[in-house]
Amino acid sequence: MNKQMTATEVVAQLEDGMTVGIGGWGPRRKPMALVREILRSSLKDLTIVAYGGADVGMLCAAGKVKKVVFAFVSLDFIPLEPYFRQARQSGSIEVMEIDEGMMLLGLRAASWGIPFIPTEVGLGTDVITQNPGIKVIDSPYDEKEWVAMPALKLDASLIHADKADARGVCQIAGPDHYMDDWFARAAVKTFVSCDELVESEYFHDPAQARMVHWERSMTSGVVPIAGGAHPTSCSPLYGFDVAHFKAYAASAKGEGGFKDYVQKYLGASEQEYQNNVGGLDAICAIELPTY
Amino acid sequence: MTAAAEYTLAELCIVAASKSFANEGEVLGTGIGVVPRLAASLAMKTTNPDLMMTDSEAWMLSEPNPIGSRAPDFVPSTESWMGFSRIFDNVWSRKRHAMLGPTQIDKYGQSNTSALGGSYDKPKTMMLGARGFPGNSISHPNSFFVPGHNTRVFKEGECDFVSSIGYNPARLPKGHSLDDIDIRLVITNLCVMDFGGPDHQIRLVSLHPGVSVEEVQQNTGYPLHIPAEVPTTEAPTQEQLDIIAALDPHNQRAHQILDNPPGNRS
Repeated sequence: MNKQMTATEVVAQLEDGMTVGIGGWGPRRKPMALVREILRSSLKDLTIVAYGGADVGMLCAAGKVKKVVFAFVSLDFIPLEPYFRQARQSGSIEVMEIDEGMMLLGLRAASWGIPFIPTEVGLGTDVITQNPGIKVIDSPYDEKEWVAMPALKLDASLIHADKADARGVCQIAGPDHYMDDWFARAAVKTFVSCDELVESEYFHDPAQARMVHWERSMTSGVVPIAGGAHPTSCSPLYGFDVAHFKAYAASAKGEGGFKDYVQKYLGASEQEYQNNVGGLDAICAIELPTY
Repeated sequence: MTAAAEYTLAELCIVAASKSFANEGEVLGTGIGVVPRLAASLAMKTTNPDLMMTDSEAWMLSEPNPIGSRAPDFVPSTESWMGFSRIFDNVWSRKRHAMLGPTQIDKYGQSNTSALGGSYDKPKTMMLGARGFPGNSISHPNSFFVPGHNTRVFKEGECDFVSSIGYNPARLPKGHSLDDIDIRLVITNLCVMDFGGPDHQIRLVSLHPGVSVEEVQQNTGYPLHIPAEVPTTEAPTQEQLDIIAALDPHNQRAHQILDNPPGNRS
């Protein structure tokens, strides 16, 4: 089955009010080209589930978001995501703030088709008191109470991979695939942008196949977009764009705010965006970060 | 070992904080931030060679990496994969000790990394979010590092948002005991503390050279338990300073405490 499509076709499959999971972690390997296509669309009232970075900040700033399910939203070297902060501090979004591991459990529960997974995580904290929707239950096996972390069911997930074939076999060759396999499994439909579209023969080498983290049946669409994670990183291909993130964060302090950022960079297409940030060669030349 | 004649306050804190990891055996030592990371690294190089550590990205290391950019021919001593999903397997198996720097710590040892002021729906200052604090705090031992000890961090009353569980009887989950919670050392620019006072009250463990009990109490928004004898925080040895310098070749530790003061302020 050929699952190749365009970013526009992906967004056409999304609807107002959907719950959308976004893979990656903070400023690392986010499907930013797909996020940008949402920014260009009329989509609204989305619930976003993410280990958040500028993906969450931009969608909030553009008024696309009704609710964010998060454990953090951060650009790492800029700890506080500027537009997520604005959205929170103006009270313009609903939130479900949970622990990083609780999010993993919620995605697993959704993936496995079970209503919740019991855990100790969250007990005694405001993650429980501020989330009346997360229940604390008695155990049939001991005298303790447990958090029943509910399934985080996703209508769609957006993920960025290094390489994929047109059938949806996706490779993440960077050192960490984060929770992307669970985002892929937890969603009704998963759309994957990739830096490079490869022939299926590429995966005949077991060393390459070892870096495929979910089966192709979990992938609904494949969108080849070289540099599509920019300004986030896509290890081992390119790092995150420190200068661009600084300009992005600075725009939040300016009078024009996110409108200025959009006007300067977004463009009508990914091609225009890449031209506005110095071109694909410049993106691919960004050094990987040292931790 | 004799004490070094000169050392910075950051170096004193690193050595004091490394004691958190000294008797932990074979657990993952996670230090978030320069001082905690150097503290865990120092422990791995000296007092606890069994300590485990990641490269702060996705690999376990047999030897801690120096902080910051490294020579192109540098080869990390990778020993296994340790991506973020596997970190949670480690956390929930309890084989970990984390040292972190929350924005608020209250008298119960509850901490806040999430939001300050206003209401929860519309906080005055949004910060990081709860991150992994809820899970860390109920799964394994944790220590804290605070570079600026004041009454905003150690605030009166409860934290604005409770990100991590502490010794608060009112929040104790059914079937649990306060002894299940394991907060170890709190290292600040003024002193070392723990929660070993009566009923898990915060207790002064040692004062950094030149700091008085009064100064610590004035900068803490709730009463400290003060033992009859409060020792001075042990000065680093030259050997420890040399190891720290090798682990931090770009001297990032000089930027962790305001104005990078000397360790001995008497």
